[in-house]
Amino acid sequence: MSELFRGAIQALRLILTLDPQVLSILSLTLRVTGTALLFSTLMGVPLGGLLALKRFIGRRVVIALLYTGMGLPPVVVGLFVYLLLSRSGPLGYLGWLFTPRAMILAQVIISLPLVMGFTMASVMGVEPELRLQLASLGATNWQATWTILKEARNGVIVSIVAGFGSIISEVGAVMLVGGNIEGQTRTLTTAIVLETRKGSFDLAMALGIILLALSFIANAVMLVLQGRRLE
Amino acid sequence: MRGAQSAGTVLCRHQVSPGCLFRPWRVKRAYSRPSHNGIVLYSLKGTMKRNGVRLVSVLLALALLGLAGCQASPTATARPQPTAAKPTPTAVVRKMGQLLLATTTSTYDSGLLDYLLPDFEAKYNVKVNVVAVGSGQAMELGKRCDADVLLVHSRAAEEQFVAEGFGLKRYDVMYNDFVILGPAADPAGIKGMKDAAAAFAKIAEAKAPFISRGDHSGTHIKELDIWKEANITPSGDWYLSLGQGMGETLTVAKEKGAYTLSDRGTYLSRKDDLGLVVLVEGDEALFNPYGVIAVNPAKCPQVNADLAEKLVDWLLSVETQEKIAAFKRASGLPLFFPNSEAWRAAHK
Repeated sequence: MSELFRGAIQALRLILTLDPQVLSILSLTLRVTGTALLFSTLMGVPLGGLLALKRFIGRRVVIALLYTGMGLPPVVVGLFVYLLLSRSGPLGYLGWLFTPRAMILAQVIISLPLVMGFTMASVMGVEPELRLQLASLGATNWQATWTILKEARNGVIVSIVAGFGSIISEVGAVMLVGGNIEGQTRTLTTAIVLETRKGSFDLAMALGIILLALSFIANAVMLVLQGRRLE
Repeated sequence: MRGAQSAGTVLCRHQVSPGCLFRPWRVKRAYSRPSHNGIVLYSLKGTMKRNGVRLVSVLLALALLGLAGCQASPTATARPQPTAAKPTPTAVVRKMGQLLLATTTSTYDSGLLDYLLPDFEAKYNVKVNVVAVGSGQAMELGKRCDADVLLVHSRAAEEQFVAEGFGLKRYDVMYNDFVILGPAADPAGIKGMKDAAAAFAKIAEAKAPFISRGDHSGTHIKELDIWKEANITPSGDWYLSLGQGMGETLTVAKEKGAYTLSDRGTYLSRKDDLGLVVLVEGDEALFNPYGVIAVNPAKCPQVNADLAEKLVDWLLSVETQEKIAAFKRASGLPLFFPNSEAWRAAHK
């Protein structure tokens, strides 16, 4: 238990002294996760809404695949991205392996199904009569869709929060495709694995506490900025 | 053209929808505008539009914050940088002046590479990126052309790697040795034995718990070799194959009061918090040589062959070898013993 205590003390010390290494790890973590979340939100929310509102052949298959994607083990995603970006892989010429780009790609794959799935569920939860009402008011298809998405906003927020949670805490994929290179691809989670492996449990715990604090702040900021309408 | 208020009123009064979907507060915020056919449309400029914009801006801010932090981060200067322009966060590892060294966790976690590499980076104005994985995975990275140089310890696999044409040549760099660790109580009674295989046989006989790395790393392969020599196929409740790194394996061995095979370096760096003791050491079978291999540019034209060769030469040079010999942990004991041809020649 003393590790927990010492970890908390050390976490405070690292933050208060603005430890350069921790800062660089922190900024990379934010950059990778923030970028990945931006992409998966921009793609996931419209796609999720589309899947909830459109009827097309094979929709159920797509939804079943989506639900499977929501449970993708990050390591499998990591392995897939690794094989894709490896020099002997199909996209090897990009030179993305062991760079933040590879990590962003993996995190988008992990979080996109979550954002899509939760968005779809919340949009499907909107009263179906609303569409008829809107049509009766003369709304175009696009306007009706937008209004329905607005009705489902709380669920959409949850979908983004879920996507964020899944990638800020993820380690298997970023370890594999990022390589945990100091100053370049070391995130909070991979640093925690490294310190645990080295037996520096205090430091690992400290980084864990920083990760939790970061996650809390990011979620709080997201909710506050979402505004007063969260009922 | 009708006002928003009236549109809202109509909706709330005349629709059967439970809870009146367009609640007054939202209608107040909405305003109407005529559409091309003159029908009143529910406006898009509600609160959520702004909220949506906000959300995207939060995400952007998150990403930018990371970006800004990265630019301002002083860590980048902590290590000598190859060029005046320090690598941007998106710096592609595969550029000129960058080298990818795939190595085992033992060399990295012990701090040896952090101690050695800055000299090389300063001398040749390059950046060496270290990916620390098990020897098995490191060689797989080499086979797939994802690494330029390998520093690993799995002799037979290394020789096969070179024989299959993936690597140019294997050179001895240094060695340390493996030790058989166990609880001080030593339930199998192997303390002080000089024959590793016999000690393993005794552990198996006593069915005392044994933790195996189980990850095809150099240490794991060494362990399997010793079992083979003892003519035992370990299996049963007492034999736990972990599939993790040396650090995790030591932690589990400590918690379970089990025996395990470890490289001495990792053991020494963890000694204080472990409570495991060295029971068997000194057998020739426990010798642990590290080799360096440059990935063959004929198989992998993308590798940075020139720099890879420089790194290999530099590692083998007497000067670097002296530094390896001088590398000590707080315990004062050396972790690695230099073993390159040049060093051996200089110390005859």
